[in-house]
Amino acid sequence: MPNKTVLHAKHLESKAKMVDFHGWEMPINYGSQIEEHHAVRQDSGMFDVSHMTIVDVTGVDAQNYLRFLLANDVAKLQDKGKALYSGMLNHAGGVVDDLIVYYFSTENYRLVVNSATREKDMDWLLKQAAEFDVAITERPEFAMIAVQGPNAKAKAAELFSAAQKEAVAGMKAFYGVQAEDLFIATTGYTGEAGYEIMVPNADAADFWQKLLDLGVKPCGLGARDTLRLEAGMNLYGQDMDENTSPLAANMAWTITWQPNDRNFVGREVLEQQKIDGTDKLVGLVMTDKGVLRAGQTVKVAGGEGVITSGTFSPTLGHSIALARVPASVTENAEVEIRKKWVTVNVVKPSFVRNGKSVL
Amino acid sequence: MSNIPTDLRYASTHEWVRPEGDGVFTVGISEHAQELLGDMVFVELPDVGSEVATGDDVAVAESVKAASDVYAPLTGEVVAINEDLEDSPELVNSDPYGDGWLFQIKAEDPEEVEALLDAEGYETSIEDE
Repeated sequence: MPNKTVLHAKHLESKAKMVDFHGWEMPINYGSQIEEHHAVRQDSGMFDVSHMTIVDVTGVDAQNYLRFLLANDVAKLQDKGKALYSGMLNHAGGVVDDLIVYYFSTENYRLVVNSATREKDMDWLLKQAAEFDVAITERPEFAMIAVQGPNAKAKAAELFSAAQKEAVAGMKAFYGVQAEDLFIATTGYTGEAGYEIMVPNADAADFWQKLLDLGVKPCGLGARDTLRLEAGMNLYGQDMDENTSPLAANMAWTITWQPNDRNFVGREVLEQQKIDGTDKLVGLVMTDKGVLRAGQTVKVAGGEGVITSGTFSPTLGHSIALARVPASVTENAEVEIRKKWVTVNVVKPSFVRNGKSVL
Repeated sequence: MSNIPTDLRYASTHEWVRPEGDGVFTVGISEHAQELLGDMVFVELPDVGSEVATGDDVAVAESVKAASDVYAPLTGEVVAINEDLEDSPELVNSDPYGDGWLFQIKAEDPEEVEALLDAEGYETSIEDE
């Protein structure tokens, strides 16, 4: 039996096409994933992300534990509610998962990790916690709804109480706050403004319906994938996994090297990789007809690589991709598409932000 | 269950065929096929005047999800293509049996159409997938 989120019935009511997503029955689209994509870029859309795993880390050693567990440094978090994106690495420097950590105090943090990796992540979190005085608590009593797009915040705010409106007033990007029954965060996976809102399971369907009534368009995993790819955001299991160094996955910016004496899992291996050099993750742009797809071979100066994610970009009207290639790559590459070699442009792995092309 | 008009003939590879008279047949892909593929983003069509044989891959329907070959359901000459698909490939999704048609073939042997599936036969072939 597949897992179902508490919003499953709401998806069926909106005529969602449901698919298996790593053991969860989730909406892939509600008719047209391209229309859903445009709704998020131009107005507002919402995603059921209740399948993602919420984990609270509390206790006197919470900060020290996370400084050891994560390649990014939670000691950088000084403002209550501030969030940080980080890789969680294994001892070989591969990515066990990528996650967001919210800071409330040095003894109280909240992590949001991927659903596909839930069991593996929980095992890893517990294993690394052996030497630390921390409690690791899953929070399955919350559903999570991501409301994204230029009008998303204003629409979501119509459902907020006076106290909730006050709590989010002036909140910058990448913060989260518990305001009465809701945890409201200015995070997302689309490259647009918006909220990710944790809502008690019992209230989730009602909250979803009220957003529908405000004209927020329900969006499935299909649009979620094209939106995150346009924004140049990695998808775990596709653009990186346990065998990938964060240095080869456009995640160097998430590694905090200073202070030198902070020991974190994978550090030694990464330091050696930094000296030896690694492949890199780049963006590809193809304005010819056709669509770049994951798995296609990429020829660049100095060697060969592979497309890790590829799609048609609805915002740009042509195909884009992420590819892992030798660091000797120059501004062009050749991709083998349906037995033909096509020349494509190599760019930084970011294509669209706040509704606009950044190419 | 998707719509399978009874006045059309079908190939098991999901093309539909409509006789237009004079041995000319319009070809498209079925509603079921476009549902499987999802939103169409490019349609690559054959050249007008090209000779095609039954089973040749003559067009490509590329959706957000995958690129899928479209096969010639009949042997003959391509006499028209749907140029609207260049700018509006989504017509294949919104109106697969109408404005989303792909191309027309002038059949070498118009009787060949009788070898294709009827609506009932096509429905059975989908159920067996």
